[in-house]
Amino acid sequence: MHQAADLRTTSLATRRAGARLAWIGQGFLLLVALFAIYTLGRNLVNNPVLFAQIVVSGLQLGFVYALIALGYTMVYGIVRLINFAHGDVFMVGAFVSYYAVARFRLHQWPAAVFPGLPAGVVILIGSLTVMALSMIVCTIMAVTIERVAYKPLREAPRIAALITAIGVSFFLEFFGALNFVFSPRFIPYERPFDVVTWYIKDGIHRVTEGQAPPAGSVTFSNILLFIILASILVQAVLQFVVHRTKLGKAMRATAFDKQAARLMGINVDRVISFTFAIGAAFAGLGGVLYAIAYSSIWTQLGILPGLKAFVAAVLGGIGSIPGAFVGALIMGQAEALTMGYISTPMRDAVAFTILILVLLVRPTGIFGEPEREKA
Amino acid sequence: MNVNLQFLALTVLKIVAVLAYVYALLWVMGRSSRLVKVLGIVAAFAIVQIALTVKVGKSPILNTFDVGLLFQACTMTMVALGLNLIYGFNGQFSLGQWGFYGIGAYTAADITFRWVNRDARGLLVAGVGVALGGLLIWAINRFLRRYRGVPVLSAFTIYLISVIIAGAAAVFFGNALQPALAPLFGTKEAPGILASPAVLQVVFVLAALIAGAFAAGVSFLFGLPVLTLGSDYFGIATLGFTIVVNTLMVNSDTILPFPEMKGGRGMIGIPKLTTWFWAFFFMVLVIIIMRNLVYSSTGRAVLSVREDETAAKAMGIDVAAYKLLAFVVGSFFAGIGGAVYAHYIGFLSPGTFSFLVGFNPLIIVVFGGLGSMTGTVAASFGWIFFLEGLLRVLLSQLGTEAPTWRFVLYPLALLMLMLLRPQGLLGSVEWGFLRAPRILSRPRPAASTAPAPAGK
Repeated sequence: MHQAADLRTTSLATRRAGARLAWIGQGFLLLVALFAIYTLGRNLVNNPVLFAQIVVSGLQLGFVYALIALGYTMVYGIVRLINFAHGDVFMVGAFVSYYAVARFRLHQWPAAVFPGLPAGVVILIGSLTVMALSMIVCTIMAVTIERVAYKPLREAPRIAALITAIGVSFFLEFFGALNFVFSPRFIPYERPFDVVTWYIKDGIHRVTEGQAPPAGSVTFSNILLFIILASILVQAVLQFVVHRTKLGKAMRATAFDKQAARLMGINVDRVISFTFAIGAAFAGLGGVLYAIAYSSIWTQLGILPGLKAFVAAVLGGIGSIPGAFVGALIMGQAEALTMGYISTPMRDAVAFTILILVLLVRPTGIFGEPEREKA
Repeated sequence: MNVNLQFLALTVLKIVAVLAYVYALLWVMGRSSRLVKVLGIVAAFAIVQIALTVKVGKSPILNTFDVGLLFQACTMTMVALGLNLIYGFNGQFSLGQWGFYGIGAYTAADITFRWVNRDARGLLVAGVGVALGGLLIWAINRFLRRYRGVPVLSAFTIYLISVIIAGAAAVFFGNALQPALAPLFGTKEAPGILASPAVLQVVFVLAALIAGAFAAGVSFLFGLPVLTLGSDYFGIATLGFTIVVNTLMVNSDTILPFPEMKGGRGMIGIPKLTTWFWAFFFMVLVIIIMRNLVYSSTGRAVLSVREDETAAKAMGIDVAAYKLLAFVVGSFFAGIGGAVYAHYIGFLSPGTFSFLVGFNPLIIVVFGGLGSMTGTVAASFGWIFFLEGLLRVLLSQLGTEAPTWRFVLYPLALLMLMLLRPQGLLGSVEWGFLRAPRILSRPRPAASTAPAPAGK
């Protein structure tokens, strides 16, 4: 159609190289970056304490995202599927721990069995039990989902599996919202252990209950420490599993080339199931920690953290485990800074803006390797 | 069990009737004689119109509930056809149509809302902005063709700046012209010429077209960088778009300067201008545009992008341009659908445009069959009448958790469909008007022995 007229005026040979216009886009990006740096710098100089507080809250968010992002990145790395239901597995983890704590008082079991134990040990063992329970339930659920919904579609077009994943995600959200399953309402979450808050001003002090920390101090809680610890631990375990064990080797081989891996005698189906299981376990742990940190749960809790964790995984380079970790931390900071300095509702917008910008500038993400051409 | 069996039978009858109606409409539109075609469309319009007006006993044959379902089905047809063009025919997995639908709804509603409140700026600013922006985009597009392989980011920057300039000019123009037009509206007691119902109808049509064009413009700017991302990332980015649009709607009175949209409380007082005529008119318009586009050379190029990008590129098809074209046209349809919806319901709340509801068009397209226009149209009507008309009522008679149960049943149906019949209920069957024109299958006149050049 218009091509004909076009070719008359400017044939392909006489067209000038468009790369010459690259400076416009680069200049635009540079301006955006400069503006962001300027805004952040000005706020840092104006009120360094507030800035530090925002960074701390961003850390908390980022480490939770890291736990979810690991599942996304591993599953996508192996079966090339955006597992939409992953965020809902995260939600189920939170709900399981809620029922374990609020209904069944599972976190008190050591005190009931061994009455002589000191309170600290009881809480530690009890909380760990609750987390372990959530992780196990999530693992079983994810493996079931994989077997029932995804496995039959492994040879189908990828988009069919994606739609199925969306369907599973919907099912979990709204099935959970039925009254006899979970609840359609927001539920106040009961923590297995009490929050202890410290503030940093001339050294680290504990905030006495019922009193506000002194002005000009940065506060953090034991939950933050716990989240960071758990996240780093999980990261270490995963690195070990993927790089030091036979199963990890099988996972890497399957991610690299499924057919060849199968020919080498690797049970690909089992490896894929295992990947789903391990991702779901971490998501379950993340769900418990998220619920403890933000203390309110409902059945659509997992959607946005899930999407943002996926964005974090893409940002770090999908398929790369350290990448997911770094991407999640960046996402957490970006979100916290947006909430602090732009406006709270735009926190969701910034995640997707970052996604688009990163993919335009570096399509493989920060740690990603250039993808091989595959059909 | 207090399920009303009579109601059940009646609704099943209605669904069958509606599907028969759709089939008849498409069949008559596909007749070769132009006279038959036009008369058939008019008759199809008239049948429903008569059923709307003629009263049997106290109420008309079609009650308000059914009319509401019909309007929703028309809107959904437009949105779903747009999505099918993007996803079914062009292979780009978009979850953003609901965002464009919302943009269209809010834009059109704002224009007419301001108009009935004696403020012409909505129409002026949006109209001039869309026209000027479109002109600038067209001019820049022509200019950029002189270059080979312009980086996407650079092109995006140029378009963005030009659109911002166009918007600023439109705002200036609108503010300058408003005092001149204000007296023509008259007062509440003595309405001026611009406040007459006939002018309002014209404004409504303009508003719908502007809303579509505005949605198309936004989709152009958004799609330009995002369509280069590849299918999965494109899906996530468009989902993000819907979420961001919804966030902006919730904060339309704080972040955006539109106090009349009332943010999360919902926009009230939109004139209910959608009549059956307009709903039918816009739907038939969209169907005709869609069909003619799909079976044109442009449509074949769009289709070839879905089939194999590399092969399409090798045939000299500008893959990026055709992706963008399909995306923009699809969003145009969604915008018009939004406008029709807004003026039917008279009340817009951000909850309607939440991304969870936004999966509905996708489910419809998948049910109807990817790349089947008939499937989309039939599935839209069947979906609305089955789920809104039957299931919602049935479930609410059974218990209080109706909306939740609906959303439990949708994904289960979706899962079953994906596992058992991934090509959709109708597969690639087309009815009547939407069938490929026969001229395509006829051998071409033997001008040369070489195979016909790829349509472009």
